[in-house]
Amino acid sequence: MLEIKNLHANVDGREILKGLDLTLPTGEVHAVMGPNGSGKSTLAYVLAGKEDYEVTAGTVTWNGEDLLAMDPTERAVAGVFLAFQYPMEIPGVATMTFLRTAVNSVRKARGEAELSTPDFLRFVREKAKALKIDPEMLKRPLNVGFSGGEKKRNEILQMALLEPSLCVLDETDSGLDIDAVRVVADGVNALRSPERSMLVITHYQRLLNYIVPDRVHVLSDGRVARSGGPELALELEDTGYAEFDGQAA
Amino acid sequence: MPAVQETVARVREIDVDKYKYGFFTDIESVKAPKGLSEDIVRFISEKKGEPEWLLEWRLEAYRRWLTMNEPAWANVKYPKIDFQDLYYYSAPKSTEGPKSLEEVDPELLETYAKLGIPLKEQAVLAGVQGARVAVDAVFDSVSVVTTFKEELAKAGVIFSSVSEAVKTHPELVRKYLGSVVPITDNYYATLNSAVFSDGSFVYVPPGVRCPMELSTYFRINEKQTGQFERTLIIADKGSYVSYLEGCTAPMRDENQLHAAVVELVALDDAEIKYSTVQNWYPGDKAGKGGVYNFVTKRGDCRGAHSKISWTQVETGSAITWKYPSCILRGDGSRGEFYSIAISNGHQQIDSGTKMIHLGRDTSSRIISKGIAAGHSNNTYRGLVSAHRKATNARNYTNCDSLLIGDKCGAHTVPYIEAKNASATFEHEATTSKISEDQLFYCLSRGLSAEEAVALIVNGFVRDVLQHLPMEFMAETQKLISISLEGSVG
Ligand SMILES: Nc1ncnc2c1ncn2[C@@H]1O[C@H](COP(=O)(O)OP(=O)(O)O)[C@@H](O)[C@H]1O
Ligand SMILES: [Mg+2]
Repeated sequence: MLEIKNLHANVDGREILKGLDLTLPTGEVHAVMGPNGSGKSTLAYVLAGKEDYEVTAGTVTWNGEDLLAMDPTERAVAGVFLAFQYPMEIPGVATMTFLRTAVNSVRKARGEAELSTPDFLRFVREKAKALKIDPEMLKRPLNVGFSGGEKKRNEILQMALLEPSLCVLDETDSGLDIDAVRVVADGVNALRSPERSMLVITHYQRLLNYIVPDRVHVLSDGRVARSGGPELALELEDTGYAEFDGQAA
Repeated sequence: MPAVQETVARVREIDVDKYKYGFFTDIESVKAPKGLSEDIVRFISEKKGEPEWLLEWRLEAYRRWLTMNEPAWANVKYPKIDFQDLYYYSAPKSTEGPKSLEEVDPELLETYAKLGIPLKEQAVLAGVQGARVAVDAVFDSVSVVTTFKEELAKAGVIFSSVSEAVKTHPELVRKYLGSVVPITDNYYATLNSAVFSDGSFVYVPPGVRCPMELSTYFRINEKQTGQFERTLIIADKGSYVSYLEGCTAPMRDENQLHAAVVELVALDDAEIKYSTVQNWYPGDKAGKGGVYNFVTKRGDCRGAHSKISWTQVETGSAITWKYPSCILRGDGSRGEFYSIAISNGHQQIDSGTKMIHLGRDTSSRIISKGIAAGHSNNTYRGLVSAHRKATNARNYTNCDSLLIGDKCGAHTVPYIEAKNASATFEHEATTSKISEDQLFYCLSRGLSAEEAVALIVNGFVRDVLQHLPMEFMAETQKLISISLEGSVG
């Protein structure tokens, strides 16, 4: 279970999260929605442990452990995974090499055996196929020259390979056409399980047609302004964020 | 920028302990008296039993050297070297001249085993099954053993120490020694000509493709001892040879001088591929100690359609001053320079290349990757020139620098001279930093900071790495990680 209490966080000395509360029980999928600039990505980065995101007050616990006390590597090992809104490019590093380094680092830190080359290749091919990823893509340098859809599918591939227990997806649908949204959503749904919690951040309701959340939280000006069932997302589709923009002003 | 700061902090922690080649072998040695004089030059020549012409050659260089001044144009700083406070000759007592493996002092074999260098002929390099590499092992001033000689001889390839070649193939040595780097060339090369100790000699006869990788491992062991290696490689018409040198030294508080000269000659249609993995002791974290690596390396593409390719991975030494160059004399000849230069701690690197286009339709390619971390300074200095007669000379240069942290410096100093209007010279240069976001992306996937930096840097140098002989690639990738992190590996 993820418990966020009264979370305050600064970026460049400016307060962005202003007392955010959110509880995500194990096995559930919650959507976080909200207007641009409401702090969605900031929340995602704080959860993953990005260093220039300074927590000034509040607590975040993950299965009772203080998440904020861990460095980003430790969080990844503990099962936190962030699918980036803007995945980074690393020139010269083949995607496959990156995946393998990540998988083996995490396995080693979790006390599991590293995968042999054939086992790893089988594992990757199987997961990549489900995401309709062309094996040729995995030979290219990480995210370099990838299309928007390729980048996002690559994020979900990493999620599938690292087998996290807390998945944070930051606007994984943005910039994708409807077919790509479906592929990504199928990939995410395949990972839903009673042991895994997911925080699906999105600006649009569209994604939630495919990934149906247990609850929806609307972020506004660094706080959860409203929470509700999946119907809340549909309501927002009609009314937009005007109500919440007002609050943010 | 906290993540970068942390990386910088880790890099700064680099401890001398991390230099795993820093041990000293306690072995009795024979030394020349300290200091430099005509008598010392005579002493060295006599120790090696050299012919009169070579002694005269050395003395001429010595006299010339006395009139020269140390170069001051490189972007490096160091206290004045007291050339009288050095030993110019040191040899393990047990090994006066190269022997067969059975006769080599076990203490020396042990040293090379510790360095991970295979001196047993059946041995293979770690992790590479079936790879056979002939090795010439140079310990301080002398070559202690050369492996696979007989097998190479069957192919007609001569691979021995220079000292031995002077005795066995005087006509070849006399013809080519100093023909690429003349004794008047520059301060350190002239010094080397006067006192050069040992190094490798390779001759590949016409039409022969050398059947295995050749390599030399240089080891400075003795205190206050300069190493003045001299390597000479000749690829006769239509032949091919690939050669690799590796270097290590014990950790010492005082600086050690290494002033080598390497000469390559490629005749018509011949090709020489010369790779260096330089990992001399870089000094401690405060910048104390370390090797001064002042080296002159030059290849002469003497014949038409000949090719010389330099690949270097420079991770060690307190100071590196080195410009492996190509003289593109033969029509249609080609020169290449691929470089990875990593500086960390207080290391200073001023390195690059010269591509001198003299013949028609000559081409050259330069790919340089400089990585600076810690308080280090990393300069690429390159010259590309086309002579009046060098019609259709072509060069492509790409220099990329990567900075880790904000206490280090990277500089690119390209010189271009085209005296022939048909020359096409292209130059690209970039300087970037490892970005906070790239690092965070890797960390969030479970990589440690060390792994993340190593991965990003290995990606950055990839274009160059692939030019190293296969056998050495994995080793080199590891070395890159170690030299950057101090805590990886
Ligand atoms: N690195 C940053 N430096 C300065 N301001 C930032 C940075 N990242 C985000 N912000 C600001 O924080 C606020 C919230 O941003 P963000 O969390 O990205 O919102 P969302 O993801 O909901 O669009 C915005 O006003 C944005 O301008
Ligand atoms: Mg965002």
